[in-house]
Amino acid sequence: MTDYRPDTSGRFGEFGGQFAPETLIPALQELEAAFEVAWSDPGFHAELDALYASFVGRPTPVYHAKRLSQRVGAEVYLKREDLAHTGAHKINNTLGQALLTQRMGKSRVVAETGAGQHGVATATASALLGLECVVYMGAKDIERQALNVYRMRLLGAEVIAVHKGAATLKDAVSEAFRYWVSSVESTHYIIGSVVGPHPFPFIVREFQKIIGTELRQQMSGEPGSFPRPDVIVASVGGGSNAMGIFFPWVRSGVDLVGVEAAGHGLESGAHGASLVAGTPGVLHGSRTYMLQDRDGQVIEAHSVSAGLDYPGSGPEHSYFRDEGLARYVAVTDVEALSAFHEFSRLEGIIPALESAHAVAWVLREAASLKGKTVVINLSGRGDKDVQQVAAMQGDEDA
Amino acid sequence: MTGKERLAALFDSANSQGRAVFMPYLTVGLPDPESSVAMFTAMAEAGADAFEVGFPYSDPLMDGPTIHEAGLAAIQAGTTVAVGFDLVAQIAATTGKPVIVMTYVNPVLAVGIETFVDRLVEAGACALIVSDIAVGETQEITAACSLRGIGYVQFVAPTTGTDRLREIVATDPVFVYGIAELGVTGERRQGSSNLTTLAATLRAVSEVPLVFGVGISNPEQAAAAAAVGDGVIVGSALVRRVLESNTPEDAVTALRSAVKAFASAMTR
Ligand SMILES: Cc1ncc(COP(=O)(O)O)c(C=O)c1O
Repeated sequence: MTDYRPDTSGRFGEFGGQFAPETLIPALQELEAAFEVAWSDPGFHAELDALYASFVGRPTPVYHAKRLSQRVGAEVYLKREDLAHTGAHKINNTLGQALLTQRMGKSRVVAETGAGQHGVATATASALLGLECVVYMGAKDIERQALNVYRMRLLGAEVIAVHKGAATLKDAVSEAFRYWVSSVESTHYIIGSVVGPHPFPFIVREFQKIIGTELRQQMSGEPGSFPRPDVIVASVGGGSNAMGIFFPWVRSGVDLVGVEAAGHGLESGAHGASLVAGTPGVLHGSRTYMLQDRDGQVIEAHSVSAGLDYPGSGPEHSYFRDEGLARYVAVTDVEALSAFHEFSRLEGIIPALESAHAVAWVLREAASLKGKTVVINLSGRGDKDVQQVAAMQGDEDA
Repeated sequence: MTGKERLAALFDSANSQGRAVFMPYLTVGLPDPESSVAMFTAMAEAGADAFEVGFPYSDPLMDGPTIHEAGLAAIQAGTTVAVGFDLVAQIAATTGKPVIVMTYVNPVLAVGIETFVDRLVEAGACALIVSDIAVGETQEITAACSLRGIGYVQFVAPTTGTDRLREIVATDPVFVYGIAELGVTGERRQGSSNLTTLAATLRAVSEVPLVFGVGISNPEQAAAAAAVGDGVIVGSALVRRVLESNTPEDAVTALRSAVKAFASAMTR
């Protein structure tokens, strides 16, 4: 299994780095040191693994999606992160970072959230460990993910609406950074994806790679296990569920496919497909593919899915892209919504709109996937999206 | 004289007069590119010693709501990077004051580091500040600046430790920007309690000029910073006055009286 880490400047090839203001540098250095100590401490792993097993419900199952397989003409399996406690993969990261927060002697965490899943997972880990929790969320996302806003508040978190810009994930990340700059001595920033200045992309990948590590056991092709996959498909917002399932399979001959949001279509300019259609630049502390104009001004993203509505993606994905270690594609809002409906009826599982993008790509690519063994990372469940979809499409097909 | 030398001379002469240097910050292209130069000439006449000219950026992580809003307004009004350089050239030429360009890193990378610094030279700017990077990610930019006689400004925060402080001054900054208050730019009711500590920590390792900024909102706070530092930067308190003005003429009047008050607080 691959075990490489970023270089001493926090880079994966020419991507990543630590483009952060001076105020935050000492905290980033402290975080890196705390993580290194914890990650080589069996006691830390024991604590985290125990929580994964009895609090989260790991390992999450692999399910052979028979009706979808029939429809596609391939053997399609689902990695069921939707069954993890709080309903998405985000909890893998927040528990790890919340334990680090305790180790660093900090009593408060701040987080951004798009779909609300990372906010809920952060609020959950904070309730579990008795940490104060502040979550920034774009006003537009507060509207389209109302259920998760209420869940966060039930869990004791303070949810702060961000009205700037497009009032979505990018703006929430920026506000969380600003809050962190002001409170860094007492507060840890639990970033929600494999983005941000070093060491965040590395740490979040380390916490999320449990998805792919479990899958290697579950789909080893050995007797008593499922067959080895040919293709692994995951949605990419910031890229944490994708990196989590990809990383343990890098250079193993498996076709790794990251699915970004094409929104209204790549040619419309209203999308979130930074790896497919962006250019390298610095966004939120690391050098990565992003959506920007010629002057380096960030272009607003668009996706029906709040978790994919982000103009960048993690630097390690940019590295994977340029090195050909994974490939990146995009599906539109319309395709994702159609997959959301079709998948619900075929499999009895309502997927998160983010995960529905991965499903949509498999449906679209049926011809080229024929006969293959395909794994979809079902990163989350769709309860949070039901209201939004119903409002958009009318109750008759919800 | 290179830009770097001009700034060094400014600190020397202010020091010998027993005062700190006053460097107002204003977003370039505000309220619009046509009226932008008038804002700076008004501030020069009212006693500004040098300018921090802020390039507008879509996602300014180190800025509070006032400067963020100003940046978006300037971009909206057509302030591209090219327009920004054009205005810097006019500001430098008409006011005769040293100009320090303040930007975020992504526009510098988008233009290209060497090209960006070449443009600074052509426009007659003296120095560069990049708000969202620190030692560790500044080497390429400081090298390009030093080759062309442009000064580079490094930050020191209340969280910066002594070892790191040594690394920072070792990059030979034209001055050090002391972050008076943990947090992003924006006005504060309370003055900073960090000034003396920050100054003493820096003085223990270096003679480099120390300029305080972030959160300095009124002449009393500016006087406190001037008492222990070599210079004072005021941003949001001035930017707000422009944003609140109905016409460019009103903005000029408001800036003139505000800058006059700040400048007279510089005497130690
Ligand atoms: C269920 C689900 N999947 C995917 C994502 C996208 O994030 P990432 O690319 O980091 O996995 C989110 C983000 O909110 C999510 O909630």
